[in-house]
Amino acid sequence: MTDWIAIGSINDIPRRGARCVKSPIGTIAVFRTVDDKVYAIEDRCPHRGGPLSQGIVHGAQVTCPLHNWVFSLETGEAQGADEGQVRTFALRLEGEVIYIDADLAMAIAAE
Amino acid sequence: MGEKLVVIGAGMASGRMLEYLFEADPDRYEVTLFGAEPRGNYNRIMLSPVLAGEKSYEDIVTHDAAWYAEHGVDCQFGKTITRIDRAARTVYADGVETTFDKLVVATGSAPFIIPIAGKDLPGVMAFRDLDDVNRMVAAAERPNARAVVIGGGLLGLEAAAALRNRGMEVVVLHLMGHLMERQLDPAAGYLLQRELEGRGIKIHCKAQTKAILGEDRVEAVLLEDGTVYDADIVVMAVGIRPETRIATDAGLQVERGIVVDDQMRTSDPDILALGECVEHQGVVYGLVAPLYDMAKVAAKTLTGTEAAFKPVQTATQLKVTGVNLYSAGDFAEADDREEIVLRDASVGVYKRVVLKQDKIIGAVLYGETGDGAWYFDLLKRGENVTEMRDTLIFGQAYQGGAQLDPMAAVAALPDDAEICGCNGVCKSTITGAIAEKGLTSLDDVRSHTKASASCGTCTGLVEQLLAATLGDAYNPAAVQPMCPCTDLGHDDVRRLIVAKGLKSMPAVMQELEWKTSCGCAKCRPALNYYLLSTWPGEYEDDNQSRFINERVHANIQKDGTYSVVPRMWGGLTNSRELRAIADVADKFAIPTVKVTGGQRIDLLGVKKEDLPAVWADLNAAGMVSGAAYAKGLRTVKTCVGSDWCRFGTQDSTGLGVRIEKFMWGSWTPAKVKMAVSGCPRNCAEATCKDVGVICVDSGYEIHFAGAAGLDIKGTEVLCHAKTEDEAMEIIVALTQLYREQGRYLERIYKWAKRVGSDSIKANVVDDLAKRRHYFERFVYSQKFAQVDPWQERVNGKDAHEFAALAEFGMPQQAAE
Ligand code: SRM
Ligand SMILES: Cc1cc2nc3c(=O)[nH]c(=O)nc-3n(C[C@H](O)[C@H](O)[C@H](O)COP(=O)(O)OP(=O)(O)OC[C@H]3O[C@@H](n4cnc5c(N)ncnc54)[C@H](O)[C@@H]3O)c2cc1C
Ligand code: SF4
Ligand code: FES
Repeated sequence: MTDWIAIGSINDIPRRGARCVKSPIGTIAVFRTVDDKVYAIEDRCPHRGGPLSQGIVHGAQVTCPLHNWVFSLETGEAQGADEGQVRTFALRLEGEVIYIDADLAMAIAAE
Repeated sequence: MGEKLVVIGAGMASGRMLEYLFEADPDRYEVTLFGAEPRGNYNRIMLSPVLAGEKSYEDIVTHDAAWYAEHGVDCQFGKTITRIDRAARTVYADGVETTFDKLVVATGSAPFIIPIAGKDLPGVMAFRDLDDVNRMVAAAERPNARAVVIGGGLLGLEAAAALRNRGMEVVVLHLMGHLMERQLDPAAGYLLQRELEGRGIKIHCKAQTKAILGEDRVEAVLLEDGTVYDADIVVMAVGIRPETRIATDAGLQVERGIVVDDQMRTSDPDILALGECVEHQGVVYGLVAPLYDMAKVAAKTLTGTEAAFKPVQTATQLKVTGVNLYSAGDFAEADDREEIVLRDASVGVYKRVVLKQDKIIGAVLYGETGDGAWYFDLLKRGENVTEMRDTLIFGQAYQGGAQLDPMAAVAALPDDAEICGCNGVCKSTITGAIAEKGLTSLDDVRSHTKASASCGTCTGLVEQLLAATLGDAYNPAAVQPMCPCTDLGHDDVRRLIVAKGLKSMPAVMQELEWKTSCGCAKCRPALNYYLLSTWPGEYEDDNQSRFINERVHANIQKDGTYSVVPRMWGGLTNSRELRAIADVADKFAIPTVKVTGGQRIDLLGVKKEDLPAVWADLNAAGMVSGAAYAKGLRTVKTCVGSDWCRFGTQDSTGLGVRIEKFMWGSWTPAKVKMAVSGCPRNCAEATCKDVGVICVDSGYEIHFAGAAGLDIKGTEVLCHAKTEDEAMEIIVALTQLYREQGRYLERIYKWAKRVGSDSIKANVVDDLAKRRHYFERFVYSQKFAQVDPWQERVNGKDAHEFAALAEFGMPQQAAE
């Protein structure tokens, strides 16, 4: 069972940009790409905790604002030579409304 | 002592010959070098960039006083040889007579002047030597000056573009139906005409010049059809004729040029000739590549080594910045020929390859010339191209299926492929020299092999070869593509943005064939800057292509909070500002307040959502963003100066404040820090800044290109200014030049090193008109830049940046 929670409209996020969603496990970064795909990942860089929501978005990737690690928004994996991964969260887009899989976030929080 | 060698003409051919000669046998000859021009050998080809103001004379000198001294050359510059007495083995020049054992005639060509009325009026000039260039530059300095260039060939067009670059009104008169008809077919001629017209040059083809009009100097040019063009100068660039007069008088065999055999000997075996003044097997040459071959052969003949000159094919490139044009071989239409044409009108690309019996015999490329060397190579080898016919026109990258990157393309060139046409240097010579001599830079390769040392159009290829040979060991910014999204370097991208009038990021990515859909974190900020600085008022800043600091106008800290640094103009503050700072620190519980190294105060640890409210309070006290995050003007540090200090010579604080108020808000390639000190004790540390001013009794010493960060570098002196206004104008012009030339993230000291301080001085110190031009461009761009970004956000801009999209399952929600 998935508990989809509406978190806002896609129009609230700039193309090639991100917004933050506060949750029990900390901040989740929700991205919108140039071609209107949306992704959610943990807003914490595995390198030294940089807020990934503040990075530059290119394709389905984001570059961390602190030391330029690059992450895939699809898999959460660090690209290139850097090693690391951030958690990703499922999103559903219905019309303009974005829903997040809140169960997962709650489950993680309960860990 | 050695035999006596006399050389007539200090031009491109003789200079090269002497190099080969001294290399082979330094002591054999005692050399006397005569030159009609009052200067030594220089790179004549580069007169075009000098005329355009892109290079200075000093940049193009090939042999300096030290070189002549080192090789014991007796220099007789400014001396024209008027007679050769073969029987007495003596040459004569304005009162000097010199005997010789061997004589070399290298008198080059004389420009052809059409014999029409008015041709001798002052203001009529040719385009052949530095004096001509100086005359043209002087003429261009007059306001609204007009030039008529007669001749739409290579030389005429380079002159026209250069004069236009200097702000003149330019008309080109061309006798034939299209430009450069000897090198271009009509279609390419049309594209070229359109490009030049786009730059404001008027082109009149099929123009028969009837007379040059004027009383005591040139006033206008009259055509057969009655058209009159007003003119302050007339540049004749209609062709050249070998300079053979003294050879004819001396009774040497002369046809169109001085006749030489394969060893470069004239009909008198002790007299050699080379360069544009000679004729070999009925052919006279007008480009340097064959002349350099002659130089090699002549040096060998002089040292008694076997060598023979072989006729060569030549290829042509037009040296007008922003125009790409290449032509080689024969491309006239005829029944026995086939041609393959590719046009892309939207991007102004035209390529035409002419085949005869399945071999390339000619190629014309316009717009995209990267494959020129490859076609020329196939042409010279006479390779049968049947197998690649279908894809031939797309260029080398498309041969063999997969598309090659440019590196792989040079790597794939055969060893004997010619890289540098001017100097006839082939690939293996360059790669060999790199390996044997451990060369690591373009300059190294230039000095060891001469490749790319003449007209410079093969520089890209040579750099790619360096990269291919050295791998990661070679990494100069010059060839580095901007990022993996493109193969183009920063300079090319910038040039193309201007040349193609690209005004948006999608336009750049589309037209310049970006390999990714929307760039990356490296190229997007750079493109955003280039577009913003190139099209002020037209291009709309793309916030999503800025690093977080510039996007939210505060510096991100390691814990995700931000720092806030308001401007304190010239380091001045007052109780009201300090009180406001103290109040926001309390109100928002800002953990750290620190005095920065830039004479102002930093509030560290501000939460992102608090930023607009913090700014609102600071704005209310009259403070604006200090741009401590910006690739833009940061701080202007000052000392107390003449207002208080017993040593102060000028109002250094006042000037610092004035500069900061005038220049704040401007975006620059990298950060710009300035300082003004009131006397040479230099308490504001002006001599390690991007731009620094040291006030002295007589005015203002302006410094630039300093750094005290990753690199420590003292400044260089740019110039001395008498008044504060003059100092302002120079500093602003300097900054604007940097804004237009600097690569993204390249500080001023690196830019200055790359382009050369001389060229910077030439633009913002020596040339008043240019200084004004850059100053005004800066002023124009400031109209759109001096908006306080904090205030904008206080008023609601980008509100989404400072608030969360949503919250869920939060403990406080549960408690409610
Ligand atoms: C705050 C300050 C240190 C301080 O507490 O005094 C500072 C702080 C930072 N400096 Fe600096 N620099 C500060 C004065 C300097 C100075 C001294 C000066 O300006 O007179 C220098 C040497 C002078 C120079 O630039 O040549 C300096 C050379 C650098 C460099 C090396 C730049 C270089 O090209 O070599 C960097 C790194 C960079 O820019 O890439 C840097 C980068 C930084 C950054 C932006 C690091 C970063 O990317 O986050 C720091 C931001 C902290 C923050 O959020 O405020 N900072 N930094 C100073 C702010 C001055 C201001 O009022 O705006
Ligand atoms: C503006 C410009 C752009 C050019 N661009 C290109 C290009 O892109 N590519 C290319 O391959 N070629 C180019 N050329 C052509 C190239 O410069 C010439 O082919 C080359 O300079 C010829 O060399 P040279 O030594 O034969 O003659 P020059 O370089 O002309 O040297 C001859 C010298 O002899 C001197 N002299 C003549 N008579 C006497 C005398 N009686 N006594 C003493 N001295 C005498 C002359 O004053 C002159 O200095 C260009 C030429 C010009 C003017
Ligand atoms: S020197 Fe500058 S960049 Fe380094 S820690 Fe200090 S403030 Fe940061
Ligand atoms: S914290 Fe993200 S790269 Fe260092």
